[in-house]
Order: sequence, then C-alpha cells, then structure tokens
Amino acid sequence: MIHGIIAIYFREMLILRRRLTRQIPSWSISPFLYLTAFSYAVGHGVEIEGHTYMEFLIPGLIAMSSMTQAFAIASEINIARFYWHIFEEFQASPISKVSYVGGEVLAGMTRAMLSILVIMALGFLFGVRLNYGLAFFIALLLNSFVFASLAVALAMVVKSHADQSMLNSFIITPMAFLGGTFFPIDRLPSWAGAFLNLLPLTHASKAIRAACLNQPVSIFSYVLLFAIGVLFFSVAVRCVEKAKD
Amino acid sequence: MDKKGNPQIDLSQSVDFLVFWGLKTDVKAFCNQNRREKTVQLCNLSRTEKTMIRVNNLIKNYKKVEALAGVDIHVKPGEIFAYLGPNGAGKTTTIRILTGLTQASSGSCCINGFNIEKEVRQAKQQYGLVPQAINLDQELTVQENLIIHGWLYRMKSSEISSRIDALLDYVELLEKKKSQVKTLSGGMKRRLMVARALLHGPKVLFLDEPTVGLDPAIRRKIWALIKKIQTGGTTIFLTTHYIEEAEFLADRVAFLDQGRVVALDSPERLMESLGAWAIDRLVEDGMETVYFKTRNDAERFNTLKSEQYTLRRVNLEDAFLDLTGKKVK
Repeated sequence: MIHGIIAIYFREMLILRRRLTRQIPSWSISPFLYLTAFSYAVGHGVEIEGHTYMEFLIPGLIAMSSMTQAFAIASEINIARFYWHIFEEFQASPISKVSYVGGEVLAGMTRAMLSILVIMALGFLFGVRLNYGLAFFIALLLNSFVFASLAVALAMVVKSHADQSMLNSFIITPMAFLGGTFFPIDRLPSWAGAFLNLLPLTHASKAIRAACLNQPVSIFSYVLLFAIGVLFFSVAVRCVEKAKD
Repeated sequence: MDKKGNPQIDLSQSVDFLVFWGLKTDVKAFCNQNRREKTVQLCNLSRTEKTMIRVNNLIKNYKKVEALAGVDIHVKPGEIFAYLGPNGAGKTTTIRILTGLTQASSGSCCINGFNIEKEVRQAKQQYGLVPQAINLDQELTVQENLIIHGWLYRMKSSEISSRIDALLDYVELLEKKKSQVKTLSGGMKRRLMVARALLHGPKVLFLDEPTVGLDPAIRRKIWALIKKIQTGGTTIFLTTHYIEEAEFLADRVAFLDQGRVVALDSPERLMESLGAWAIDRLVEDGMETVYFKTRNDAERFNTLKSEQYTLRRVNLEDAFLDLTGKKVK
C-alpha cells in the first residue's frame, strides 16, 4: 500500500515542483489583497474579542486558504483524468484504491501547508505576530485532510472539468465567506450561526484562531474535523471504485 | 411507470446504490461469489493449459447497448493476437475489461492464470497496457514518467534505474531520458508508452490501436518494435482497424463485429478461404469484388469484361467484408 501512496504523492509533488515558481505568486495574491483591503481599509480601528482585525483575519485566511488549496487537488485530478487520461494508468496498475486516495489526499494537504507558509510570511511582513504552535498545525492538518478527501471524492463523481468549477461555486466559495473567516459568526442571527456551525470550515477557523491567539482550544472541533475527514476519505475510496466505468 | 401509469422501482439501481455504500444484498453477493468461484476454476484450467489470455463468454452491456455479446478468446503464450473490427465493434471495451478498467456484465477473464476480478493485483502484474490515447504526464520528463510507473508496480529503485536505461535504449529514446514528454513527437510518445508498459516485465502486452494517428514511416517503426518485443517472449494482444497492421504483425486474428467474434484464425487461412487474387470493378450500384485462386484466372475473367477494374491480392479486409458485409474502419 505504501508504494502506491508514494507513487501517487511523488507524481503530484513532481508536477508541483515544476510549477512552484508560478504557484507561489498565485498563492500570495489573494491573501495579500484580503489583508490590504479588509484589514487596512475595512477593518482599520476595529477590535474583535480584544484583538486587532488583522490578528482576527490572518487565522481565518489560513483556514480558508488551507481549505481552497487542499480542495484544489480536485482540479489536478480532473486534468489527469479527463485531459491527460493518466487516471487510467493508475486504474490499470496493481495499487489499491486506498493508496490512490491516500496519495492524492497527502498531495492536497502538502499544497495546503505550502500555501499557509506564504500567508504566515505575509502576516509577518504586515507586522502581525501570532502563536504557530502544535495545536495550530494539528488544526491545519485536519482541515486540509477534510477538504482534500472531499476533493478526491468529488473529482471522481464529476463528469467533466466544467463540473468542477461549479462545485467550487456551490461549495467552496460560500464556505470561504461564511465559515468564520472574515467575521465572528456569533454576530449573526442564532439560526444562521447554528447552520454555519455545521460547516467544517467554521470549526477549523475556530480551532486555528484559538491556537493562533493563545485562547483555549475546543477539543470538539478537532474530533469533529477528524471524524468528517475519515468519512470523506472513505467516501472517496468508494467513489474511486465507482469511477471504473 | 407501468401500463397503468404507476411508478416502478428499478431494483438493479437500488442494489447498485446499496453496493456503493457497502451494504451488499445477499442475492448479489451470492451471485458474485458463484461467478467468481467458476471463473477462478477456469483460470486454474488456463494455468494448466498454458493459455496466456483466456476470455469466456464475456458480456458487457451499457444500459440498453450490448457492447460485447459473449466473446470467447484463448491467446497462446508468445503470440501476437490481433483483434480486428470497425469502430464501435467492442475492441476497446474488451481491452478495458481485460485490464480491469471496466467491469464486465458477465463472463470471465484470466491473464496468465489469474482472474482479473478475483486476483486483481496478481493479474495486473501480468500485463502492460498501451492505451489508445496518449496518457503520459506531459510536464514530467521521460525518466520521471517511468519512475512513477515503477513505483506503481512495487519495483525497487535500483531495478527501476537499470530497467529504464535498458528499455529507453530498446525503444531508441535513451538520449531523451531527461526531456519533458511534451517536447517529444507523437511517434516518440508511443514508443515511450510501450517502454513504460514493459518496465515491470509483464508477460502480456495490450496494445490498443498503437499506431493510430501516426504517419506510415513511424507506423512501420512501431511495427518493428512490436515484432522485437514478441521475439523476447512477450504475448501481445493488439487491437487495430488498420488491416495491413494485423496482416503484417499477427499470428492469429479475431474479427469482431457487433460485440461478437465472427472469425478467428491466422491471417493466411482467413484470406485463403476467399482465394489469392481479387478484382475490384465498378458496377451499376457501386463496387463489386470478385475473388480468384490464381492471377491467371483473374486476368482471364477480366478479358471477358471490359469495365474499369483493379487487380490486387486478397487481403484481410476482404475476409472481413465477406463475413460481415462491412468494411473495417
């Protein structure tokens, strides 16, 4: 099983390495714009729970970016599947479905972690000092695990590359704005807050923010993210089997 | 909906839904187990009979379309077996089932004695696949593409390195080892796909339309490579719609039409049944082909008729046309 995971992961990393010089600026541009626009223009003088808006925003951006970059592995899979037909090479090889999903999920998580390093560096340049300890990295890993697994599952279900962008519009974009990234969800009406608490990104934002701001962390959020990740991972394995025809 | 307009439930779809979530019904599990036991027995038989590929009563239905309607094939070790038929005859479907890319509706397939459904990993180690579409990582180098393949097949790093050099030399691409695949020509990409399929030392090589879209000179280079692979002892299962390709390469040919094998023999014997020479001539409602045992017979026939004609040797296309009434395209 390990050989298969390494093969899939190694391939994705080789491709990423080739694109890294283009990828780093693309990972930087959105966080830079958010930090400039929301923090200086909109959030100037705003204080949330005793922290500046910048201190509140950066953990949210980290949660959001880890989600979008982990989920972006779906596009890579779709290009490999529909455009380059490389998915057939994996299907014909003697690796298990778990190996395939494992390799792709790890690749998605790696992309997420690398994109976070860019945001951490930007935050540092903007003069924000946060606590990036163990709890922070565990929350980050769990969040990227959840969305990379979801990405693999959905990449197996979609019928074309065009469907993929539709999923981004319906799943990722709403979650990015409503998952506690830019504002505290307890300021919303209780029914909206209750709904948003069902989203994995809300728990990831909470956990990452608490860890960054040295606040008490909620174990429930960690357990929930892990459980959702395992669920999505097993669905992804099933979806790989169903992608046979 | 039934005749009275009442909604009806498609039980097969419900079962598929349950299977997706791992909730297999007893009926489906029982049927599958029975089928698997039978196919494993057939694979054991093919091991003792030394059949490299054994396909028994293979059926594949896509909703209401019957892609394969009971195909039986036995391929001997070391032979080049050509699978010939027009587009849509079921050639690629057969290869996809044989290589585990598509699930058969029923029937059994064994590769070197391993059942493709029951002994998936062992069966997959037995073959290499060169699909019709180029499926290489264009951004990666030739070497990187091969390394990934080696990892997928659980090869050791030292073994991968030595095999890569040997195979690239074999397909005359050694100087391109560090080049990105996107810089290679179409013919080079095909040869690289063949090298990749051979990397793990398979017993069987599946070639799905290996020369489609290539110019005649490159096509002949690929043919020479295929012959060279055969002399190394590898069994080759080839699908093509190029008649001359099957004629030149194949030890035996199966004609596939509408999901059925309509003839299976050596190219020579398939053609012999018609004669050795053919005259194509224009008639009122199109083209007519007449077959003759000898050239003299053909020329004598033509002196009796004064129409425009072409005298040529009988080819596999004639045999296919005679059996099915269709051209191989």
